[in-house]
Amino acid sequence: MISKLTHICVYVLDQERARDFYTNKLGFKVKIDVPMPNGAKWLTVTPPDQPDMELTLFPLVVGKKFTEEVIATMKELISNSVFGPGVFLCNDIYATYEELKSKSVEFIKVPTKELYAIEALFKDDSGNFFSLHQR
Amino acid sequence: MNATASPEYPNAYLYKRIVQAKLFIEDNYASKIDLNNISDEAYFSKFHFIRIFKRTYGRTPHQYLTYLRIERAAELLCNNISVSEACYSVGFETLSSFGSLFKRVKGVTPSAFLMQQQQTQMDIAATPLAFVPGCFVHQHGWNEK
Repeated sequence: MISKLTHICVYVLDQERARDFYTNKLGFKVKIDVPMPNGAKWLTVTPPDQPDMELTLFPLVVGKKFTEEVIATMKELISNSVFGPGVFLCNDIYATYEELKSKSVEFIKVPTKELYAIEALFKDDSGNFFSLHQR
Repeated sequence: MNATASPEYPNAYLYKRIVQAKLFIEDNYASKIDLNNISDEAYFSKFHFIRIFKRTYGRTPHQYLTYLRIERAAELLCNNISVSEACYSVGFETLSSFGSLFKRVKGVTPSAFLMQQQQTQMDIAATPLAFVPGCFVHQHGWNEK
């Protein structure tokens, strides 16, 4: 029986810029930072209150099935905000919204009451967008 | 949808002030700040401020300040900074108060935590792929010659 999800992969356009965004703007913590054979880094960050849920900030570098053509396509899709990798939960969405806005995080939906939660949508520095929920 | 328009939710001005106070703590955690500084920053009376801050963040301002100092100290220890340097650079005045608070939060003393981190760093340097789940290693061919 599967019990938990522990890692998700977020493809980013610039790994160091993404590190800055996820740590200094979202307040996440770096969990692992390991150099890999192709020059990229295995870089994972975790939400402050969920140290066992790692987001791997994956750079788009050539290797195996990641051809230059594939990477060019993925870069275009990410920067055009085609991908919405997931949902973050917060204790108080209005305070979180105000804080992230003060740090110049781009929102594409202000906090809005929906049937499932109060929800806002924001983009990371690459163009991936996430839901932010307060239940 | 226009996300730049003023949000329409109750107490927006109050939220801005609470966020301002939280960011003040984050910018000044290493200095000698007390609740009066922080509530002044938010233009609240001290007790009103503590109540609203706790309702918003689940911690009182003092608890948040302590939490932040311990977390920053842990980050410094992860970067191989000495226990005493970590202690003083995050705003603790004595090693004993730092040590007991750190142990209460992290479950180990700062020096034991530092040793654990140093061991982890050595393990990572020796066998980096041992820290990466196989699906990602396979996806990128990192285990192929």
